[in-house]
Amino acid sequence: MDWITRNLPYLMAGISVGGQYALIAIGYTMVYGILRLINFAHGDIFMAAGLILVYSATVMPMYIAIPLMIILTVLIGFMVERVAYKPLRTAPRMSIMISAIGVSYLLQNLALYVTGGLSQQYPAIPWISDTITIFGTTTKRVTVITPVLTLVLVVLLVLLIKYTKIGMAMRAASRDFETSQLMGIKINSVVSMTFIIGTFLAAIGSFLFFTNYTGVTPTVGAMPGLKAFVAAVFGGIGSIPGAVIGAFIIGICENIIKGVGLTTFSDAFTFALLIVILIAKPTGLFGEKEADKV
Amino acid sequence: MNNERNESNTVLRLENLTMQFGGVIAVDNVSLEVGKGEILSLIGPNGAGKTTAFNMVTGVYAPTNGAIYYKGEKIIQNTPQGKMKKLYQGKNAELYAGKHVIAPTPDKITKLGIARTFQNIRLFKSQTVFENILIAKHMLRTSNLFTATFRLNAREEAQMRRESEELLKIMELEDVRDELATSLPYGKQRHLEIARALATKPELLLLDEPAAGMNPQETLELTQFIARIRDEFGLTIFMIEHHMDLVMEISDRIHVLDFGESIAEGKPDEVRNNPRVIEAYLGGAQDE
Amino acid sequence: MSKNKKMVWNVSLIVALLVLLFVLEQIMPSGSMLFTVLKKGAIYALVAVSMNLLNGFTGLFSLGQAGFMLLGAYTYAILTIPAQSRGSVYQYYDGGIIHFAIPAPLALIAGGLIAAAFAFLIGLPVLRLKSDYLAIATLGFAEIIRAVFQWDKLGPLTNGSNLLRSFPTFQSVLYPFIVSGICIALIVMLINSTYGRAFKAIRDDEIAAEAMGINLAHHKRLAFVISSFFAGISGGLLAMYQTTIQASMFKSAMTYEILLIVVIGGIGSVTGSCISSFLFIACSEWWLRFLDNENFYIGSFHVPLLRAGFRKVVFSIVIMAMVLFYRQGIMGTKEFSVEALQGFFKKLLRRKGVKEAGDAHE
Repeated sequence: MDWITRNLPYLMAGISVGGQYALIAIGYTMVYGILRLINFAHGDIFMAAGLILVYSATVMPMYIAIPLMIILTVLIGFMVERVAYKPLRTAPRMSIMISAIGVSYLLQNLALYVTGGLSQQYPAIPWISDTITIFGTTTKRVTVITPVLTLVLVVLLVLLIKYTKIGMAMRAASRDFETSQLMGIKINSVVSMTFIIGTFLAAIGSFLFFTNYTGVTPTVGAMPGLKAFVAAVFGGIGSIPGAVIGAFIIGICENIIKGVGLTTFSDAFTFALLIVILIAKPTGLFGEKEADKV
Repeated sequence: MNNERNESNTVLRLENLTMQFGGVIAVDNVSLEVGKGEILSLIGPNGAGKTTAFNMVTGVYAPTNGAIYYKGEKIIQNTPQGKMKKLYQGKNAELYAGKHVIAPTPDKITKLGIARTFQNIRLFKSQTVFENILIAKHMLRTSNLFTATFRLNAREEAQMRRESEELLKIMELEDVRDELATSLPYGKQRHLEIARALATKPELLLLDEPAAGMNPQETLELTQFIARIRDEFGLTIFMIEHHMDLVMEISDRIHVLDFGESIAEGKPDEVRNNPRVIEAYLGGAQDE
Repeated sequence: MSKNKKMVWNVSLIVALLVLLFVLEQIMPSGSMLFTVLKKGAIYALVAVSMNLLNGFTGLFSLGQAGFMLLGAYTYAILTIPAQSRGSVYQYYDGGIIHFAIPAPLALIAGGLIAAAFAFLIGLPVLRLKSDYLAIATLGFAEIIRAVFQWDKLGPLTNGSNLLRSFPTFQSVLYPFIVSGICIALIVMLINSTYGRAFKAIRDDEIAAEAMGINLAHHKRLAFVISSFFAGISGGLLAMYQTTIQASMFKSAMTYEILLIVVIGGIGSVTGSCISSFLFIACSEWWLRFLDNENFYIGSFHVPLLRAGFRKVVFSIVIMAMVLFYRQGIMGTKEFSVEALQGFFKKLLRRKGVKEAGDAHE
């Protein structure tokens, strides 16, 4: 019991961070599932979402700023795909990945220009930033909201993919890109929809994430982005439940490592985990195997 | 060639070879022998497991069960293990149990003297015809990284180049020497693939559908070509082919697979008149 | 052109370049931006070529370059800080645990060797992975290295997250040019050897390469280790150039920059990587500087938008445009050579001649 009360803050922070990673990881895993592309720019779109809210909150009330932020973020995600990835659809995979790195570089530099390199204070969002007390531990309300909200969104997403027409098209495209195109699926709208959903979730993840942090800097998206990607790999890339479970595991482990006092290694741990998984079970927890035909 | 062949005359021997992917048996307990200097053709309807058999011989897949001998020496051996132990539906599951697994990588097999071509041509795309052949000579080097970088292997390098030039001449590819491999017409690309395989100085050559996509004229040329290189390079040839004219013309013996199983083996005339073979091609092949 | 004649041309070009650099150094102020660009450009050229050896010539998409540079830079710094300066550099760690210093050239090579040794170790498991998985695993490895080097417990060796300084540096621009030049020459010789051909075969078709008797695991590891060795040396050079180093410099953003240099120069072209690294550094450090100047006037027109950071935005838009519309880069997979230049001018002259003849006709 003593151990629990001592570690409860870390555990709760872990679950909360895990939820935020999960929301980002879904974007990675869905895009990878369909385009076989590691969307390096996803973490930076997440950062952009943070900055948009910072600036919009200064000129308008929060109940307009948040929806606006979500819309603008989704728009950025949509544009990035149309401008930087769509022209390269038939190019070698390496080219698209380089393009993704290019977009990431551009978004970071753009943010650097806009912010002047200074960390921007994230606005306090009423209600979810409030402090509450659970089991004798004080925390922000967002810590409790995140996992609940994450799970609700994931369930909605899974239903969408299972039972709607666009969801069926997505599943078909992730199975076999070319064939689904031949079967009359409008592949461009499927890909766009994937990016829209991915960035929408990342936008929600961003305001949950930044509520707990003091500021937004141009490179703030890179690390959570990479970690969310690791979570997606861990769960088996292409699998949504896998990404969510992977994200929670990583979030919790990372905060426990911080709790033990090895903060320097909380990032390194994630990557060590990544390398171990890739070597031991490259398909992750729920991934499917693919083989080259000779 | 007949059944009295002794071991010393056998170049390649497949023994109880089975390959199971998940729950599907692709090759089922196949045993066959290829004698020295012989051309053995492996035929059968689509999906009969011919290419899978090739991939097992060349080390691309480890067989689920069975063994392969090259010149009397065991080079590949496996027995169902792990998950496959329960899943295995083939025959002779216990035959190799407890024996150690031998699963060399494809490059090791090539180094033994077994070279191959591919069903869907796999040339080095960004390289010229000459370079494609020269790359295959890499395997025969005696130089190491240091001597190669500092050109202390100049004599060997010159020899590699000379031999590659000679091969180009024999294969009638010298006029396209400096063209990109992928810019050649289809038939020439097939020739180049064979030339590249020969550059590794093999004793046994595995040809995976060498005449695929060729017209009758090209097929005829290829037939003569294969017979010629067999004599000129003292090769043993193990070949998968669908063009029956070619198969009947140059094969010493033919081995027939259907649904992974051996259904016949013998001289071209024997196989041609074998009722099971006729059924496999005409009766059973409707759903291919 | 005969082989010997080519050799003479190349050697005389290199000598001419070195003489030019020497003369420039005598006549120009040492603070000139030109020298910054030349020094940093030479260092980046080496690391870009080393990355190209992997990504361009062997087809292994690795993103670990910053990690290997860090290893090289730290090895160099740790081994060369003079014993009498160690007390002040390692002030939080009682002067550290190493109390000797070795000559700079030896330390550079040691840096390369350490990077190569790490590459060997992680190469064993990681190189089995395919394309993008390999990329992310090597990127992860670089991040791990960075975290480990900042670890407090290793402070006596690495000085934790504090700066390393007081190690020997270079003054002349000739130093990085000569070191990078030798290294790049070695890489080129390797690429043109039978091993280089095997690397290219692996890039073109792994399965066919293996069927031709090329041991995939061995050759991939070879390329990875060699590439890391040279990345390590360039890390050491970077330390000399910067005069101080810190683990936090070697972020993945650094690898991305090197990758972009390689892409702009042409994946699979050594000379392309060299040219583009000088261009890249010149643009980002020098030629586009005016974009950061808020009070920039053309005549009396106050150019809008200009302010700190605008340079990088313009720069990344240019890069993005290149990645999208000019995918083969400056050189594609071709190499710059005297011969090619001759051919180019001949063609130009001929075309001009034809045009003039055509004009005369009319």
